Amino acid sequence: MIAIVDYGMGNLFSIYNALVRVSGEPMIVTEPDFSEADGIVVPGVGSFGRCMEQLARFGEALRQELDEGKPVLGICIGMQVLFDESAESPGAQGLAWMPGKVVRLPSGMMVPQMGWNDLRITREIPLLDGISSGDRFYFVHSYHCRPDDRSVLAATVEYGTEVVAVVENDNLAATQFHPEKSGPRGLRILENFVRCVRC
Amino acid sequence: MLARRIIPCLDCDLGVPQGRVVKGIEFKQIRYAGIPWELAARYYEQGADEIVFLDITASHERRTTMTDVIRKTSEEVFVPLTVGGGISSLDAARTAFNAGADKITLNTAALLRPELISEISQAYGNQAVVVAIDAKRRCGHEEGKTVIQLLEGECWFECSIYGGRKFTGIDALAWARRAEELGAGEILLTSMDRDGTYDGFDIPLTDAVSRSLQIPVIASGGCAHPDHMYQVFRHTGASAALAASIFHFNEWTVEGCKSYLAERNIAVRI
Repeated sequence: MIAIVDYGMGNLFSIYNALVRVSGEPMIVTEPDFSEADGIVVPGVGSFGRCMEQLARFGEALRQELDEGKPVLGICIGMQVLFDESAESPGAQGLAWMPGKVVRLPSGMMVPQMGWNDLRITREIPLLDGISSGDRFYFVHSYHCRPDDRSVLAATVEYGTEVVAVVENDNLAATQFHPEKSGPRGLRILENFVRCVRC
Repeated sequence: MLARRIIPCLDCDLGVPQGRVVKGIEFKQIRYAGIPWELAARYYEQGADEIVFLDITASHERRTTMTDVIRKTSEEVFVPLTVGGGISSLDAARTAFNAGADKITLNTAALLRPELISEISQAYGNQAVVVAIDAKRRCGHEEGKTVIQLLEGECWFECSIYGGRKFTGIDALAWARRAEELGAGEILLTSMDRDGTYDGFDIPLTDAVSRSLQIPVIASGGCAHPDHMYQVFRHTGASAALAASIFHFNEWTVEGCKSYLAERNIAVRI
């Protein structure tokens, strides 16, 4: 069973249906209790600050599951909140599970970045099994992550600057793009996550 | 680098059970193409980058709703979904987003009350609001309008509303810029002169609008061959090409169009 954290920021059909499609047995979780889940997805909608406000009450339970080794996957804003802070919401504290901050996409580029960008894989990880550099994924975002520790990087895209697309550190992984909106290759990533959860 | 997007558009008549996809010619005659979510799933399998549903139901009685169409589609289709046609309030937009739409398009309602663009983009983000413009060529020079020089002479573009049934006198280029300022994340630009004609996109119109905006422009109207897509990507700043008939009647697949473009060095998602 894979828990989808529902912190009340919008519809979760896409990620739910995508996990059903890859036999992930999703369940929507509205309370900070993940005891029945084998893996956890933190979807991302809205702004960094609003997301953290709503997500705060799940923080402790999520941290505990993470420490016990349950795989956790953050998506979009669900990736950004893993870091310390964001220029989008000054003063708001992130989960701070990965050191670094979130900054605005460079000026001169269309913001938000919206569309299919091609991945450059910098490190082979199980989540990217079957995915090659050059494969395209669907991005919608105005801010991007700057990890202090570059060893968490797994893939990037070029958008006026290097934009971090995938990070991973043991059982914690996240994508800036939306795998649930990225066609068959996005589903492949979710399938890989489900496989990580089961192994 | 971002790929240029290929977007099948499904004009939906929801006046029959399950709904049906229809295709008008020059905004009038109707041909039938199939059940909305079945066509959406077919185009997804072929590699569509996004699917647009437009509600063009004429009758007041609906036998199905766009919510049903979106819910059903999102079980099978894992690319962004855009919904439009008759969305005239923040509430109506919310219904579409709650059903699973990633973006909504505004047309008539935005021209009648431009603040609606800001209201929805403030609540859901710019990327969720597409302003659709149906533009009609007007020959000659007119004071106060953005005049474009064509081979045939000067012209400007007029916005129409109510699915092309009423003209507003509003300059399409000026309206596109205003929509961007108000918070539109994209412009869906349909040439009324080309729609349903199979003559290809209106290149001067698409070029003029895409050059005067920062936000992406989706070219629409007149696409009947992948070469039309190639021409619009080669000669304008359009980020996406929208087409209907070319796909509905099995003339070309999305995949076929993308191969054609890739062979000519247009960046597309294969």
